[in-house]
Amino acid sequence: MTTRLSRRQLLQALGMTGAGLVLAPSFLSRAWAASPGDAPTRRALVTVFLRGGADGLSLVPPVEDDAYQRARPTLALKFEGEHAALKLTGPFGLHPSLGALMPLWSEGKLAVLPGVGLPVTPRSHFDAQDFMESGTPGRKATVDGWLNRALLDAKDDAPLRAVALQPTLPRALYGNAGALAMGRLEDFRLRTGRQHGDARQGFSALYSCAVDQALKGAGADAFEAMSKLDGARLAKLPVSPGVTYPGTPLSRRLQDIARLIKGDVGLEVAATEMGGWDTHVAQGVTQGAFARRCEELGNALAAFAADLGPKLDTVTVLVMTEFGRTVKENGNQGTDHGVGGVMFALGGGVKGGVHGRFESLTVDRLQDGRDVPSWTDVRAPLSEALRACRPGVALAKVFPGYREDSALGMFT
Amino acid sequence: MRALPVWPLVAVCLSCASRSQVTAPEAPAPFDEARAVHVLQRLAYGPSASDLSEMKRLGVEGWVDAQLEPASGDALPPGLSAKLQAFPTLGLSMAQLVEDYPRPPPEMPREEKRERGPARVVFERSSARVLRAVESPRQLEEVLVDFWFNHFNVSEDKGAVKWLATSYERDAIRPHVFGTFRELLGATAHHPAMLFYLDNWRSTREGLSQEELRHPRRFRRQAAMMEDAEEEEEAKPKLGLNENYARELLELHTLGVDGGYTQDDVREVARCFTGWSIRQPRKDPGFIFRKVAHDAGSKVVLGQVIPAGGGEKDGERVLDLLASHPATARHVARKLAQRFVADEPPPELVERVAKVFLDTKGDLRAVYRALFQSPEFQSPQARAAKVKTPFEYVVSALRATNAQVEVTPRLLRHLALMGEPLYRAPAPTGFPEVAEPWVNSGALVARLNFGLDLVGGRLPGARVSLDAFAPKQAPSAVEWVDGLGQALLGAKPSEATRATILAALAEKREAASAVDEAPPVDVPLIAGLLLGSPEFQKQ
Repeated sequence: MTTRLSRRQLLQALGMTGAGLVLAPSFLSRAWAASPGDAPTRRALVTVFLRGGADGLSLVPPVEDDAYQRARPTLALKFEGEHAALKLTGPFGLHPSLGALMPLWSEGKLAVLPGVGLPVTPRSHFDAQDFMESGTPGRKATVDGWLNRALLDAKDDAPLRAVALQPTLPRALYGNAGALAMGRLEDFRLRTGRQHGDARQGFSALYSCAVDQALKGAGADAFEAMSKLDGARLAKLPVSPGVTYPGTPLSRRLQDIARLIKGDVGLEVAATEMGGWDTHVAQGVTQGAFARRCEELGNALAAFAADLGPKLDTVTVLVMTEFGRTVKENGNQGTDHGVGGVMFALGGGVKGGVHGRFESLTVDRLQDGRDVPSWTDVRAPLSEALRACRPGVALAKVFPGYREDSALGMFT
Repeated sequence: MRALPVWPLVAVCLSCASRSQVTAPEAPAPFDEARAVHVLQRLAYGPSASDLSEMKRLGVEGWVDAQLEPASGDALPPGLSAKLQAFPTLGLSMAQLVEDYPRPPPEMPREEKRERGPARVVFERSSARVLRAVESPRQLEEVLVDFWFNHFNVSEDKGAVKWLATSYERDAIRPHVFGTFRELLGATAHHPAMLFYLDNWRSTREGLSQEELRHPRRFRRQAAMMEDAEEEEEAKPKLGLNENYARELLELHTLGVDGGYTQDDVREVARCFTGWSIRQPRKDPGFIFRKVAHDAGSKVVLGQVIPAGGGEKDGERVLDLLASHPATARHVARKLAQRFVADEPPPELVERVAKVFLDTKGDLRAVYRALFQSPEFQSPQARAAKVKTPFEYVVSALRATNAQVEVTPRLLRHLALMGEPLYRAPAPTGFPEVAEPWVNSGALVARLNFGLDLVGGRLPGARVSLDAFAPKQAPSAVEWVDGLGQALLGAKPSEATRATILAALAEKREAASAVDEAPPVDVPLIAGLLLGSPEFQKQ
């Protein structure tokens, strides 16, 4: 996936944007060091974090499990009839508002992992998100995130290798491998009107001689990234013919990620997020808050996949959340914070199907008698995904202290 | 950030002589502008023309003293007062805010929502924070409000907090920043914003049944606890112990993560605070102690027995214990030293300030004084050693350019793009005090754009007149760079910066010279480059 600019292209980029000679040495040495073919089957890894604790039992409801139906008298999805869940395999269905994903399922490009979560049980959003994203459950002192650590083994530091399409950098991308956050691709430029060239050149020169090394590095990355985005006119790159993004916030972000991928700028990981999954009250079944979120999620992912077309094979998408929700619905037609949730994976390297362990939701099998346990430690699918996207990745550094029991088989 | 290896030496050299040398110079020394700028960079939101001249009038020490002891009756300047008075929500009680600015029905037009819904409370609160930071002469108070709000963080993203945070800052934080740590701790512990944010309001003793809580005669007031399920975040509470507040109280507010407490302590502290609750977050948001929810048994916190039957006082005893604990002194001293001195403050400094904290029973004014008078703070090594947070960057740019500010949503959005959406820090840790999380290329581009928008007249709500900075009639490019450099950076720009900006100007002129003989100096370009320069990111 990591198509790199040739030396000649680099020089062109420099000339075209006037990015300044001061940048050239480090810029060129990176391209020099990165000979083509050193990374045979790398894929870009894209994560979509569903914030708030998405109800796995409604995303991928075990509709044919009686215990599920009993636990959720008003919230359970039906297994037949109008508004029924879409049939997957075994007891599982897919929420009908995620219907846009069914073609991917049929093609074997959609994997589902129920009962996945943290091996510890923080009930609060911030703790759970923190552990999910630091990749060190139970350890608060970790400063960097798992996605960032996954990048540390490669020497290449293309400025757009790790991008978050959201205003602030997510916890998972904190760390020493340069990562940058932008609300939209369009925002990542200098707003100078007709002074454009002068200002950028001036700034890049100022930052190249900054005394503060961190500022100097951030500056170099920023101007290099701007040159690349600008050179490829990425922010305006049209979608593939026949594809329409629905225009929701998530779809706009995924569209920008697709542009980075199609633009071959050296993207290795991208992260984005979507809120609104904390459905304590009036969650709804096939109508209402939860269904609307599903629709936004499903349609955005489907458009993203269609937009990438054959390039989808060079990309792996993970959809994750901080925890699942209680098996029993509460008194407000909602659900409360639980433990095990659902992960989706789609795209290249993914083995379609439902994976991992799952059991009937009778009370005796639940954690504390109320929650789907973390039958699968979240680090298992993340490790597998990394191995599929970044062969040779040093997993012991990404997830220190974690030992995989057995292969999950979610990725090839 | 890198440790500064010179410090131990500086500290050793100066520590013995520090008291006499630093606090009371015998004869009035000549005004040391570099030192004045340093003090304004840390105790204020950067130098402004008016604060610099005030400092010249009072002397640096005099100015610091005045900042530490702001007269309580001192009115704000009329201009700032008028701007703040235009925001009706700032002075309202939580109950009034909840009542007057309810969640709007979805069909309400956006304009009306902004006017009559909680969005207005949110906007006015952030606007006031910016305006005060830019214009208030009580700069240290503003810096400390920011520091302590952040230390005891709540986020308006969490449900009812959006109606409660105005009062939280106004009533729980601001009045106590020059008081004792115990006062501040107690005020935050009782405030509905904190009780809601960290879930203590619905923490109950184990074994409490819904029936007991609902009992119509005996516990009529307690029934309210069950009646606040209007919104997603406020589902019917699961009865039982909730450790969120207890954990963050120990880890973030007082002892610190290495403060020597155990998970058992967290649990025991949580038991002590059972019953500390809110009448009804969205209807009647006041503190209430719910006796029925309180765990009346005895507890052991950090080895101290808290006997059975203490009721509401259990929580107070825990706060007493924590506020006077050496680990708290060290934790608070370190955090303050990080804010005011350096990202990695020298341990000796932290120890000294922590000792003052303990000796004075947490008298914050004494603690600040010890910090500001320390050789480490005074050392030239400390100057420009910290990277500004986005808020510090934005406010210092507005002050340095002497901008006329009317806060707009656009201005606030700039802060969010740089990674610091006001009142919305995503975790109870608040926004980081150290540089690393702020220094990334995405946030940097947002900073450069803010500066360019500001001086280019493209920032609605902030008017800058660069002409006012003209060093003389028809200044040359060089004179503009030097003059603006001094005014905006508070010091002469470095040679490299100066040469770079002049080169950028020259190229522009070269391009234009074919058409025009003597094009005017591009002053906004100079100012934009200066505000975006690495120097201006530091303080």
